[in-house]
Amino acid sequence: MITALLTLPLLAGLASFIIKGDPARRRLLLAAAAGHLALTAALFAARLNPALGIPWAAAGEWFGFDELGLLFLGVTSVLFLGASVYSVRYLALEKRDPGEDADDGFIFNNAPEAVFTGCLLLFLSAMTAVTASRHLGILWAAVEATTLLSAPLIYFHRHKRSLEATWKYLLICSVGIALALMGNLFLGAAGLRTGFGLNLDALLGGAAQLDRPLLKAAFLFLFVGYGTKMGLAPFHTWLPDAHSEAPAVVSALLSGALLNCAFLGILRAVQICAGAGLADFSGGILVLFGLLSLITAGLFILGQRDYKRMLAYSSIEHMGILALGAGLGGRAVYGALLGAVGHSLAKAGLFFTSGLILAAYRTKRISDVKGLLGRAPRTAALWLAGFFLITGTPPSGIFLGKFLILKEAVASGKYLVAGVYLLFLGIVFAGMARIFINMAFGAHVPGPDEKPFYESRGMVAPACVFFCCVLALGLYVPAWLDTLIGGAQVLIRRGP
Amino acid sequence: MSTLAELTIVFIILLNLALAVSGSMSVCIRLAAIQGVAAGLLPLLAGGGVMRGRAMAFAAFIILLKGAVFPWLMFRAREKTGARRDVDPLIGYPSSIMLCLGAFAASSWLGSRLPLPHSGVAFIVPASLATIFTGFLLITTRAKAITQVLGYLVIENGIYIFGLALFVEQPLMVELAILLDVFVAVFVMGIAIFHISREFDHIDTDQMDELTDWHQSEEGGNI
Amino acid sequence: MEIIKPLIQYLAVIILSPLLLGLINRVKAKFAGRRGQPLLQLYFDLYKLSYKTPVYSRTTTWLFRAGPVIGLSAILCALAALPFAGRPGFLAFDGDFIFLIYLLGLGRFFTVLAALDTGSSFEGMGASREVQFAVFSEPAFFLALAALSKATGKLSLSGMFLALEPASWQAAAPALLLLTAALFIILLAENSRVPVDDPNTHLELTMIHEVMVLDHSGPDLAYILYGAALKLWFFGALIASAVLPRHSGSWLYDGAAFLGMMAVIAAAIGTVESVMARLRMIKVQYLLMGALVFSILALLFQTGR
Repeated sequence: MITALLTLPLLAGLASFIIKGDPARRRLLLAAAAGHLALTAALFAARLNPALGIPWAAAGEWFGFDELGLLFLGVTSVLFLGASVYSVRYLALEKRDPGEDADDGFIFNNAPEAVFTGCLLLFLSAMTAVTASRHLGILWAAVEATTLLSAPLIYFHRHKRSLEATWKYLLICSVGIALALMGNLFLGAAGLRTGFGLNLDALLGGAAQLDRPLLKAAFLFLFVGYGTKMGLAPFHTWLPDAHSEAPAVVSALLSGALLNCAFLGILRAVQICAGAGLADFSGGILVLFGLLSLITAGLFILGQRDYKRMLAYSSIEHMGILALGAGLGGRAVYGALLGAVGHSLAKAGLFFTSGLILAAYRTKRISDVKGLLGRAPRTAALWLAGFFLITGTPPSGIFLGKFLILKEAVASGKYLVAGVYLLFLGIVFAGMARIFINMAFGAHVPGPDEKPFYESRGMVAPACVFFCCVLALGLYVPAWLDTLIGGAQVLIRRGP
Repeated sequence: MSTLAELTIVFIILLNLALAVSGSMSVCIRLAAIQGVAAGLLPLLAGGGVMRGRAMAFAAFIILLKGAVFPWLMFRAREKTGARRDVDPLIGYPSSIMLCLGAFAASSWLGSRLPLPHSGVAFIVPASLATIFTGFLLITTRAKAITQVLGYLVIENGIYIFGLALFVEQPLMVELAILLDVFVAVFVMGIAIFHISREFDHIDTDQMDELTDWHQSEEGGNI
Repeated sequence: MEIIKPLIQYLAVIILSPLLLGLINRVKAKFAGRRGQPLLQLYFDLYKLSYKTPVYSRTTTWLFRAGPVIGLSAILCALAALPFAGRPGFLAFDGDFIFLIYLLGLGRFFTVLAALDTGSSFEGMGASREVQFAVFSEPAFFLALAALSKATGKLSLSGMFLALEPASWQAAAPALLLLTAALFIILLAENSRVPVDDPNTHLELTMIHEVMVLDHSGPDLAYILYGAALKLWFFGALIASAVLPRHSGSWLYDGAAFLGMMAVIAAAIGTVESVMARLRMIKVQYLLMGALVFSILALLFQTGR
């Protein structure tokens, strides 16, 4: 089952390098995404209904699932299907009309579509490997693979700025992840006396016997390493560049799926720390850097000129909230995981919408986008809906997550944390409200050679479905999701 | 046998300092390659002659990769981009070397403080930490994209030595996955360097300053 | 007999040291395919200079005359504390290595003052370079000896070299190797040998040490040449003692081995001079910095152990 899950996108990705025809390759992308989601759904069913008798955990030495991995796998899979539906239309558009940059007015080419599709599928395979790995070495290798495979995706539009973003992304993330390798080595040293190696189950089983100072060092390195990839401040510098320069569909995957994968790396370290009785140590660091990310994102959103960069900073904000929730413990962990699901869906939807806006206005500058409601009403409606969902306005599912985190902060007496958290949530809301409202309303002055903008159904539908899901999450968390998140929450904060 | 290993460690540290002062790109590439080979030889020297076949094969693989394949890729990238021969340091060589020495002193202190399992060969932990620091130094203070990749390779060397110091035995599959990743990373970065040279007409990364939140907006405000 | 032995050693040093330069010149001549000067050329030069009348410029003061004398006496004094073939020098005491460094510094100081005293711009330039390079070589020398002291646990120069055994080369190989390398570079720099300075150069603009002594003549110049030979012996003896840690106990045998090692070092210097060109002035500081780095690393290795 797991083997099929890993090899399906891998083979499809390799095949798409060979296939000549564009339509055939696009069909393959859709089929692989759908197949991946079907397999994932089967795993979910097996987990929730053991009577089916499908082995879902399959804890071999290297690969296997627990609730945590399964949760992130589900999010990734759903997101990828949406992204592939979107990208089929997107690629057709790009093919017909390769880009012209309105800001600087230069013409650029795109990367070959085969490379794009192939890397997209291989990227999915690497992310699946991250969620499925039961060995920290494999986890590391898979996370690094996601960096390498997504770099060509960011450099889809071949021009200076995307190249600059790709280079920063490649270098900063690779070096960051190299530090995570140091963390792995420290962890191996911590378990040297007992001979645990780096197998997650062995480490969790005997966490209490680990050498504590070395475990602390390991946690710090793993945190900095995967935190760089996750985009926590102050290691976030690559994130706004990469997210703003990548094609919308890639931004959506980076933000919605890849950041979660890096978060999973940190959560694995948190799990081990909690098992060794160091929950307060790891929690304190998570809370500190979570708040720092929140503050950084809030300040940079306030004066933002580029709407894709604004979305990127909103991702940093949410990563901060996730870290904060995971650090606070208790019900906040539930909130963080719920928030992760909600953020992934909502942010992917927003990035899809931003791709439509970019297609309509050919600029990423906020001040040049006016009167979206008049020019592209469906896009504008999505854009506004996305704003309310992502900022956690009730009844968004994200609201529930944010609220649970606030409740835990207050309940555990951390009033300062709660105060800063609320203040910067407010600042982010205000900053984003200004930008979204300015873009949606106002009078659009059509240019002399402007054609009416056609909003293709394939590009609107994924965002629409994702937003509905987020909304539904706020009103009602299905029992199966509740079981899964509950199980994951237990995994994260299980004491010694 | 341990004396030989210690001499190798000294050699690796001296290579760090040489990397910090070397002004020529091709010398830097060679130095990093020699360092990789020295690091690959280290387990053979420290192991006291008793080596299992697997470890032998693995060390040979490492030496081949770091001593031949990486430098070949780097030289190719350099030639294709027609980069100038100097490395363009952003700080002076004397400061570089002083920083390196300071890093080694600090890592010696840190190495004596860390409760690491004792590993037979003296100074292996400080040497690895100093190597990692040198890699960071190369990345942050050299303007060329190739030198930054070189810094990444030096960091990788340091981490490899660190792994030796701790005797962390990883399963072969994991080791190979890590190596494969590093290889692909260097490969992808090489391609990126090629594109950079075509797009920007040079590979000085300090010219990459378009993407920032701090540029002057047209309205005149500094946002 | 035991009391006289240090004196005999001292006399041997004083008599033999000019021979070292003859050896170096012979090696260089061999490399160049020439027959070369006689081995005893420096002795002849010293004899010739000693009966000439010195000429003093009217602008100079007593400093100019004091320079060569103080320089020579400082190095003579330093040699008295130096071990010879595994025997302590008769002036050895705890902490004498600091004393030695200051003695050498004193010699340099007066040589520089004498050079400045002439008022010539060339000599001033040479003095400035001499001091500039000393900024690197002196701390390097000091740290190298400190590392050696740390490795052997002794505070006197003779004690350090006596405590050095083949076993210590096994135990502290990295540090000893590093500091020997540092000492060799310092030897080249302090004695104005090739990669740093060219003793045979005829161009004042590129000189360092030679340009400082252009105005000296007669016995004063003899003092300076002789002092330079003694200084070469001093640094050579340090290296020879470091790489020859085994002592048989027989005075004659040890002495012969030691002198043989000195000859090897002279040959090494000659080889370096023959195969290398002089470094550009701006690169010299990197070479000296290398010596400093070697010393610092040796010390770090010794303290971290």
